[in-house]
Amino acid sequence: MSKATITLNVARYRPGQEPAPKIQAYTIPYHNDWVVLDALNYIKDQIDGTLSYRWSCRMGVCGSCGMMVNGVPKLTCAAFLRDYHPQEIQVEPLAHFPVIRDLVVDINDFMDKLKSVKPWIIRKVEKPVSQGEYRQTPQELEAYKQFTQCINCMLCYAACPVYGLEPEFLGPAAIALGYRYNMDSRDQGQELRKPVLGDHAGVWQCTFVGECSEVCPKDVDPAAAIQRSKVEAAKDWFKSVLLPWGSR
Amino acid sequence: MLTHDIIIVGGGGAGLRAAIAAAEVSQKLSIALVSKVYPMRSHTVSAEGGTAAVLRDFDNLDLHAKDTIFGADFLADQDAVELFVKEAPGELIQLEHWGCPWSRDPDGRVSVRSFGGMSVDRTLFAADKTGFHLLHALFQTSLKYDRIVRYDECFVTSLLVDGGRVRGITALNLYNGQLEVIVAKAVIVCTGGGGRVFPFTTNAAIKTGDGMALAYRAGVPLKDMEFVQYHPTGLPGTGILITEASRGEGGWLKNKDGYRYLQDYGLGPPTDTPVHRKMELGPRDILSRCHMQEYSKGRTFEGPYGHYVHLDLSHLGEEVIDKKLPFVRELARNYVGIDPVYEPIPVRPVVHYMMGGIHTDVTGKTPLDGLYAAGETACVSINGANRLGSNSLTELLVFGARAGRAAAEYALGQPSPTSNPLEAMAKDERQRLDRNLIRKPGGKERIAAIRQEMQKAMEDGAGIYRKEDEMKNSCNILRQLRERFSNIIIEDRGDVFNTEVTSALELDFMLDVAEAVVHSALNRKESRGSHTRTDFPKRDDAQFLKHTLAHRTPQGPRIEYLPVTITRWQPEERKY
Repeated sequence: MSKATITLNVARYRPGQEPAPKIQAYTIPYHNDWVVLDALNYIKDQIDGTLSYRWSCRMGVCGSCGMMVNGVPKLTCAAFLRDYHPQEIQVEPLAHFPVIRDLVVDINDFMDKLKSVKPWIIRKVEKPVSQGEYRQTPQELEAYKQFTQCINCMLCYAACPVYGLEPEFLGPAAIALGYRYNMDSRDQGQELRKPVLGDHAGVWQCTFVGECSEVCPKDVDPAAAIQRSKVEAAKDWFKSVLLPWGSR
Repeated sequence: MLTHDIIIVGGGGAGLRAAIAAAEVSQKLSIALVSKVYPMRSHTVSAEGGTAAVLRDFDNLDLHAKDTIFGADFLADQDAVELFVKEAPGELIQLEHWGCPWSRDPDGRVSVRSFGGMSVDRTLFAADKTGFHLLHALFQTSLKYDRIVRYDECFVTSLLVDGGRVRGITALNLYNGQLEVIVAKAVIVCTGGGGRVFPFTTNAAIKTGDGMALAYRAGVPLKDMEFVQYHPTGLPGTGILITEASRGEGGWLKNKDGYRYLQDYGLGPPTDTPVHRKMELGPRDILSRCHMQEYSKGRTFEGPYGHYVHLDLSHLGEEVIDKKLPFVRELARNYVGIDPVYEPIPVRPVVHYMMGGIHTDVTGKTPLDGLYAAGETACVSINGANRLGSNSLTELLVFGARAGRAAAEYALGQPSPTSNPLEAMAKDERQRLDRNLIRKPGGKERIAAIRQEMQKAMEDGAGIYRKEDEMKNSCNILRQLRERFSNIIIEDRGDVFNTEVTSALELDFMLDVAEAVVHSALNRKESRGSHTRTDFPKRDDAQFLKHTLAHRTPQGPRIEYLPVTITRWQPEERKY
């Protein structure tokens, strides 16, 4: 009995060794319970040790292994071969990011954007640890919990047409993270985040395509965070125009 | 050559906590955080169930200490455990202040849940993604501090030691293939465990024992390496963790007859709602052995990935599962096609955690001046022969902070290292890497082949049940693999993101760690905690109430021993 196989067409690019990216085909044994990441590991271990990609937890929580699978941003540890077999699978680096090597992209722009939204609890006065925890009701937790689920996999950036055209756009995950802290009952830093979130490159650049929430593997719904941030920012704008002497 | 006051190797929970602690000691300190991945990719992210601390009136510090020491089968240092339980509540409140989205009670207090081997509910949690939230809260908080300078995706290849002290590190920058030389007055190793020396593990791909091997090669002994924890509930095939919290919330373990078999092993009686320390809330080492006993009696299921039992959550109902265990539901659905709301989850024991690690004192200090360690990579020891679930996240906070502060104080009192001998040492390291790996000609052994044979030798010789001839055989195989490693083939000649070279470096580290594990196990002629020998089935306090120290020599590990510190809890028989 001949064993079933599947072919992966994998984007390769090695700077200094190849002038431009190319596609390399690998045909490997097909397993019903394998994910695309298992296939890449098989290729690296058994066929071609020079293939480079990022991965770690293989359980959808470290956020390392995002790639374009047949043109769609996916965590390769959660993309099953059986959903594509017997068709061939195209594996490419995440769209909209500079490629460093093979399937590895440069994420430093994203890392800078994460930091720019001041993703930490900001307090006017810090409460000493000796005074215990901040009380937060389950309802108060619910107000921001969804936006804490982001694993920084950047699939939303690869799906976002605005980020593809305007790289200065803060982007879905960073906006959702800023919004997460703004909505946390322990935080008092909303004003300090306003210059970044409310900037032209912040929430206003989003044209509400909604692709970010479509591809999010953790149901963070960054599009909702962006829309709600726009509402907040608009309220501030109205206040500044209609109540220029300040109301808060 | 780059200069900082402190270098932290590893950007997971322990490394980030150490970095923040050091940064808060003095604004004058410059801290390098060097990691082979971006910090939020670190394996802390995969921890699920929770983190233990005494925060409620019904609990007290002595009870947490006693549970920990009892769980450790009396191999924990009791002075270290006492410090640990005392500082745990403050660390968790600090993390709350830093924004960790803890699950809450209706009155707004942080919730607590039951966990294996704990006498009361004392495990704080953020649903069943506690490690993920803890790591991201620490990482995001660390971004506040400009004096924490990150070197992401830099693979540390060696510690620079001169004049009896650590002076810095060499690290391969994955972006360009350059060997960075970073000098500092103190180095803290926070690289986590090395579960990947085994074939079947909950551990992420990056858990290759790098820091343990770095310290070991620098002359620091590895302590209690024979103690490897099998978690009783991993998914067959992938080894993905199904958290102990699923049993803390009331899940049942059943054999192929639908029978809650733990009652046959002194853990009963079975009750409908969970009772602390009984049945499914027994400790991990005992539950993993019970599974193997059921297997030997022919009462487990058999599947394509070996024997398994059922973890049944269906009686908890959809609401509880979605609120308390949403990640378990997601993982079971995605990776085994089972919805735990309706069907039991197939599970089997899986390598999860290393109790052993770099020998440190309670400040994280190692015997090498200037070198500190914290987290899973270190062995203080609070975990002894078996760690209790939900103590490890707490440990990385308490001892990460302790190591950060101790290294900071040390660094403030030291002059800057002179660079002359270090430059020469770094040049030697560059030549070693080029010769053995990066520009290595010829060779015929595939990295993956040696790795797989090492993993098999570990499972065969150092699994749940161990015996002398099997361990000796594994020792021999590991020696042969070390020889064969020198003949590996490296096909990738690229300087940029060369993961074939990093795979080889990781395998090189793992071979050292694996040898330390098996030799330590071979020399401990008793059964204690996770270390179970069929040829020495009893605990032997007269001879082995002591820590193992493995020292690296060219011929293999040299084993010595160190007394255990007993303060207030005299060893007694460990029964649940």
